[in-house]
Amino acid sequence: MNKNLTKKLAPGHATCAGCGIPAIVRTVLGATDEPVIVSNATGCLEVTTTIYPNTSWKVPYIHSAFGNAAATAAGIDAAQKALLKNKTLRQAQGKKPAKIVAFGGDGGTYDIGLQALSGALERGHDFLYVCYDNEGYMNTGCQRSGATPYGANTETQPAGTQSFGKDKQRKDLMEIVKAHGIKYLAQANVAYLDDLKRKAKKALETPGPSFLLVLQPCTSLWRFPTSDYVKVGKLATETNFWPLYEIEDGKYTINYTPSNKKPIEEFLKTQGRFKHLFTSRNKNIILQIQQQIDENWEKLQKKVSGI
Amino acid sequence: MERGGIIKHNKDNAPKTGDWKFMKPEVDASKCIGCGTCVNPCPEAVIELIERADGNKKKLAEIDQEYCKGCGVCAAVCPVKAISMRK
Repeated sequence: MNKNLTKKLAPGHATCAGCGIPAIVRTVLGATDEPVIVSNATGCLEVTTTIYPNTSWKVPYIHSAFGNAAATAAGIDAAQKALLKNKTLRQAQGKKPAKIVAFGGDGGTYDIGLQALSGALERGHDFLYVCYDNEGYMNTGCQRSGATPYGANTETQPAGTQSFGKDKQRKDLMEIVKAHGIKYLAQANVAYLDDLKRKAKKALETPGPSFLLVLQPCTSLWRFPTSDYVKVGKLATETNFWPLYEIEDGKYTINYTPSNKKPIEEFLKTQGRFKHLFTSRNKNIILQIQQQIDENWEKLQKKVSGI
Repeated sequence: MERGGIIKHNKDNAPKTGDWKFMKPEVDASKCIGCGTCVNPCPEAVIELIERADGNKKKLAEIDQEYCKGCGVCAAVCPVKAISMRK
């Protein structure tokens, strides 16, 4: 195994073959040499890395409940500040407090954990929240979440003769988090690990709360071959489905503009969850998705230029 | 279980996830250019760049089959197709 990469998360965990979540965790935690404490929401990452009585984590790790990864991180931050007031402890541990990183899936962030996240951001705790977004409750079999895109086939909103899958647009979490006025937040993609590392570094250096939203193509329930998470992730960005951008002090920057933008079909056709859209009955759904993506991209560009 | 409900990482207890695979990645040493593209995306972090024994300056990707689940991500991202999946 790679000794450098497995300093904080060891192999032997039970994520599906071809899952990108461990790559996200290793990249984010690898962006700092300082000690880290991890708080984790319930989700794929939690159930696969902490199978009792074993653990893959080599750093201090807390899992409490589904919805409160951010609240747990806030508690760690408060406890750390209180402990560091004590002189002997300060000398024993060194003066610097550990970095706190919370990981949550889209279910634990967009839906169930939103309240805890909002509270922790508002109170200004010093932590980084990383949401790995696989666009559904993939751990329990692909139920629809607030992050599931329009037209996707899910277990709770299946495609069939009466339905084309999810009939609502996904939640714009970046804007919700931005509304808390935090200093640094960014949208990243597991297929662009160098970009993710740079953003994680920036986020960890930011005092106060920071947020990363990382796309995580799910091989099992987006339904594509195990070898393809990088390819699918790259297509998401090259079709503008998942633009890479960051917001520093309210200022938007787009990190990657595809030189020739691909049509959204290129992304959709790689995945089984959109298979039903390629029938004559659902043709207009693809047009609607394309239209929405173009609109979002235009909006983002306007935000960059400050109009 | 240790006191206080704290479980420490123990490498000896790690499940050998190499048993999962039905396709095995093989590195073609003559094709590998040692660029490291496959190292970071590997979900299990089992790929390491090692020095070659024959004095060639290019590094070589080595895969730890003990933990490799055989997903094939490394073969898919390799820019020179030096990794192939074999049964």
